[in-house]
Amino acid sequence: MEIFEIVTYFVLLLLVSTAVRVVTTSNVIHAAISLVFTLALTSVLFLLLSTEFVALVLVLVYIGAVIVLFLFGIMITRAPLGKNAELDNDKNKKLGAAIAGSIFFLFSYILVNGFDGEVIITSGSSTELLGEILLSRFVFPFELVSFVLLAALIGGITLARKDEALIDEDQV
Amino acid sequence: MTEVLIKVGFLAVAALNGAIIFTIMDVKGASWMQRRPGPLHVGLRGFIFPLAEILKFVQKEDIIPTEVDRPVFKWAPAYVMVSCVALFAVVPMSPTLVVADLELGVFFALAISSLGTIGVLTAGWSSANKYSLMGGLRAAGQLIAYELPLILAVVGVVIQAETMSLVGIVEKQIEWGVPFVVGGQIVGFLIFMVAATAEMMRVPFDMPIGESELTMGFMTEYSGIRFLIFYISEYMNMFILCAIASTLFLGGYHVPLLPTEWVNFYGPVVLLTKTAILGFILVAVRWSQPRFREDQLQNLAWKILIPASLVNILVTAIMKVGF
Repeated sequence: MEIFEIVTYFVLLLLVSTAVRVVTTSNVIHAAISLVFTLALTSVLFLLLSTEFVALVLVLVYIGAVIVLFLFGIMITRAPLGKNAELDNDKNKKLGAAIAGSIFFLFSYILVNGFDGEVIITSGSSTELLGEILLSRFVFPFELVSFVLLAALIGGITLARKDEALIDEDQV
Repeated sequence: MTEVLIKVGFLAVAALNGAIIFTIMDVKGASWMQRRPGPLHVGLRGFIFPLAEILKFVQKEDIIPTEVDRPVFKWAPAYVMVSCVALFAVVPMSPTLVVADLELGVFFALAISSLGTIGVLTAGWSSANKYSLMGGLRAAGQLIAYELPLILAVVGVVIQAETMSLVGIVEKQIEWGVPFVVGGQIVGFLIFMVAATAEMMRVPFDMPIGESELTMGFMTEYSGIRFLIFYISEYMNMFILCAIASTLFLGGYHVPLLPTEWVNFYGPVVLLTKTAILGFILVAVRWSQPRFREDQLQNLAWKILIPASLVNILVTAIMKVGF
């Protein structure tokens, strides 16, 4: 076996163990930290596949923004130290494992059969290619996604905003 | 394998030295501005002060309170440290003296620098102290708010340079003849420096720490070597963000009129001089300005810096396409 393969399998093994820890730990902050490691290892996996852009987006968006907001939200509401019995949902464990396993097999089946050994990127850097494809062939879905995000943004502001007319003046 | 080890060693040495140089600069600046005799006269004119400081912290007991979440508490400083040290990998001292000239260097720097927030939040939470938790949330709120203008300010440079590689950006500035700060990115530079100061949690943005009033925020329960790691990370962060600002906006390892064929010789000196000048400005600001209030701090980020940086991107893009 080449060193590259050894590294890949080592990363995969670590990835699976941290991912399992995310759902089995009974402390919500520990779960979030395990998720950080899961995402970091996924990013390493993308680096090994030489798609630097996707790897860095994973770090910037998921670890740097999404997980930080997770942690922020959890801590601002309720995050007790130690074990939390509410998070131990033992009776659904088998069902969860079954669903996770079936999704895994479904995805592996689709990926193996759909792209069997096919090399998609042959030359040039993957980042440049990604940028060009995103802004030429897939420009309409790309703009559509940004529109959806804008709608979500406006929705969030509407929910969080203090509407002057609705505030009871006696309570203020 | 040896090459990797040399590079890792170089990273560690550069990061530590950068932090120590900036620590000396900070205390000497303070003593110069406020007439404190210690760092100016004691012990080789104050230059061995950082050594004494490190020895002091290493000697101190590393107290871990009984109620804390031990693994999380112990590892929290590591996230902050790693996010600072890894940044040193992409800053070029000269066209060849760079640990990794990544094609996506700028993007890498921004992605890695966002990791520190996790360290701050987990440090605050795991301390089992309400003041630490509030301090962690306060710090994270600031880091999240100022990360956006920091990223958006850099986008202008990337558009103008048409590359994300830091070496490429410097080469583009050599080609242009003038650094980007003169060539149209002055607003971007100012936004970047303000946001970077907030990311370092230095005065006037030291609301998360608030040494005397808020008892160090998320670091309240830390002592000994773990506190030292947080402390030294602040200076590492200061050094590296100043170096990145010099590279992106001030022409990096080159100054106009110097011959480009000698760049490998004078490059490191030029870059470090620029970094030190930016650092000196930060020191001067620290010892002469009061602290922002929390609401002023958030308003500055969301209502002024982010809109300004978006306008900067728009104007840069129009200039790029139009001219």
